[in-house]
Amino acid sequence: MIELQHLSKRYGSRKSQPVQALDDLSLSVPQGALYGLLGPNGAGKTTALRILCTLLAPDAGTVRVNGLDALADPRAVRRQLGYVAQEVAIDKILSGRELLGLQGDLYHLPSSNRDRRIAELIELLGMDDWIDRRCGTYSGGMRRRLDLAAGLLHSPRVLVLDEPTVGLDIESRSAIWQVLRQLRDQGTTVLLSSHYLEEVDALADRLAIIESGRVIAEGPPAELKAALGGDRVTLRVREFSDAAEASKVQQLLQSCEGVRQVVVNRAQGYSLNLVVENEGVVERLRRQLEEARLPVFALAQSRPSLDDVYLQATGRTLMDAELSVAGLRDPKAERKQSMR
Amino acid sequence: MTSATPSLSPTAEAQREPSAFAEIRQETLALTRRLFVQLARRPSTLVAGVLQPLIWLILFGALFAKAPEGLLPGGMSYGRFLGAGVIVFTAFSAALNAGLPVMFDREFGFLNRLLVAPLRSRSSIVLASVLYITSLSLIQSLAIMVTAALLGYGWPGGLGLLVVLVTLLLLVFAVTAVSLGLAFALPGHIELIAVIFVANLPLLFASTALAPISFMPAWLGWLASLNPLTFAIEPIRAAYAGTFSFTEVVLQAPYGSLNAATCLAILAALAVGLFLAIRPLLDRKLT
Repeated sequence: MIELQHLSKRYGSRKSQPVQALDDLSLSVPQGALYGLLGPNGAGKTTALRILCTLLAPDAGTVRVNGLDALADPRAVRRQLGYVAQEVAIDKILSGRELLGLQGDLYHLPSSNRDRRIAELIELLGMDDWIDRRCGTYSGGMRRRLDLAAGLLHSPRVLVLDEPTVGLDIESRSAIWQVLRQLRDQGTTVLLSSHYLEEVDALADRLAIIESGRVIAEGPPAELKAALGGDRVTLRVREFSDAAEASKVQQLLQSCEGVRQVVVNRAQGYSLNLVVENEGVVERLRRQLEEARLPVFALAQSRPSLDDVYLQATGRTLMDAELSVAGLRDPKAERKQSMR
Repeated sequence: MTSATPSLSPTAEAQREPSAFAEIRQETLALTRRLFVQLARRPSTLVAGVLQPLIWLILFGALFAKAPEGLLPGGMSYGRFLGAGVIVFTAFSAALNAGLPVMFDREFGFLNRLLVAPLRSRSSIVLASVLYITSLSLIQSLAIMVTAALLGYGWPGGLGLLVVLVTLLLLVFAVTAVSLGLAFALPGHIELIAVIFVANLPLLFASTALAPISFMPAWLGWLASLNPLTFAIEPIRAAYAGTFSFTEVVLQAPYGSLNAATCLAILAALAVGLFLAIRPLLDRKLT
């Protein structure tokens, strides 16, 4: 349904450092799937989605939606897509209903269809109580629902969502998840980007891990996890450790038999993530730590999770990746980038 | 939220293909309607746009109420002289602000919403702005004209009224083009407001709105006779004089004399030329 081939995009001007947002990114979303793009902020998800929705032109590469070439015939592609952007752009003075009416007109819905559709979506998304109030009075959850309704108004074949549940409370999140699942069940192809592991794990039929503008891993969540093999152990020597201690323990355990890999997780108090052959290795670890007279604050073991898939693919946990880019991002510059 | 209903399934392609014209009309009207709804709910733009020139008209007129007769060419009263200037000033100020809604849409992401939609032509966005600002300017100018009439500054006759409206239209088109160009070229609304603020009054003073060229020193006279506002003011002044003729000289410029027809032709050329000039910028930003 959606084919992105070898997309490249670079941001930058004479004044600022050029940023390679997309670096030969390719992915393919099958029809009727609920597809997740997983990656930390700054990985290139938003750029990829913007290019898909014809807001941006790529420096190189092709975009095809339902067989149509987005670069050659953007208007045809726009008709197929509904886009729910990360930052909801609303008009504070209009009411939600008026905004939906405007949206319907922009998509050339005949007025009877449009009004019927608006009524359907208001009911479906539970917006009746506040839809006639001004958009400026809406909470974050309401705005998201309105934006979702706006994206679904013309019954698109493909719904594209960029971080749809950021900043929402648990209830709104679950509600949106439910709608997305229903959409997929009824035949709509849903593509969403997220930096929440739980979200992608819960929703996606297939996912792609995006890092530094390229796809690092791709496939159904269960398969990716199974492909990893081995068990996962999380070790905390103390509740919050430090680099030196973590490094010491890492070296000690790396040589332990049955241990495949030891990674220091800076984001979570310098705890250690180990990949071990099987459950039995855990006992051996405990003994090693006892012999070295190291305390054990927590030692947990589990089957591979999506976080481990991410860790394996990129070399660090998602949270770690998020933290490391947190300081580098410039929200002002990014706002400028998205401004036309 | 209620459980799934058939309304979530994607529909097939539209059964009928509306014509390009119908689509453009639907988009443009929807966008224009939005601008008017915004105005209706926040009428301060309309009110301020009338109030400011109104104050000018009344105060300035009063300032020169006891000016000696025959001070102005043609022996007209200062109030009538000023009237044409304030009417043009009103339309000009309104048109200069044409770019503001577009700039806000750019900044707050609403423009992206428009660009993701399958608009038949993205010039609908520009067209909606033009329709809206033109209506707004004319309404405000009419309000000033009515006030001027009530103050005894006159009212243009039948042909004269037509001339006034056409002149204002041409000026508004030209200035709207500039404002829209700025809205896309400048980085934010603060810069746009700054430019509007700085451009507004000097352009007014360097025209024949408040005083005839004969009052001005040579350098100002040159500026005024090259100022597009002057090309709008003089025909309107002539229209108010009662007997209007397209070939009658309305402007004695340092470089020659111009009649009403020439002034209007210059305005028309400006309007067309400016829209052509901003077209590459608009294409770049809107595609």
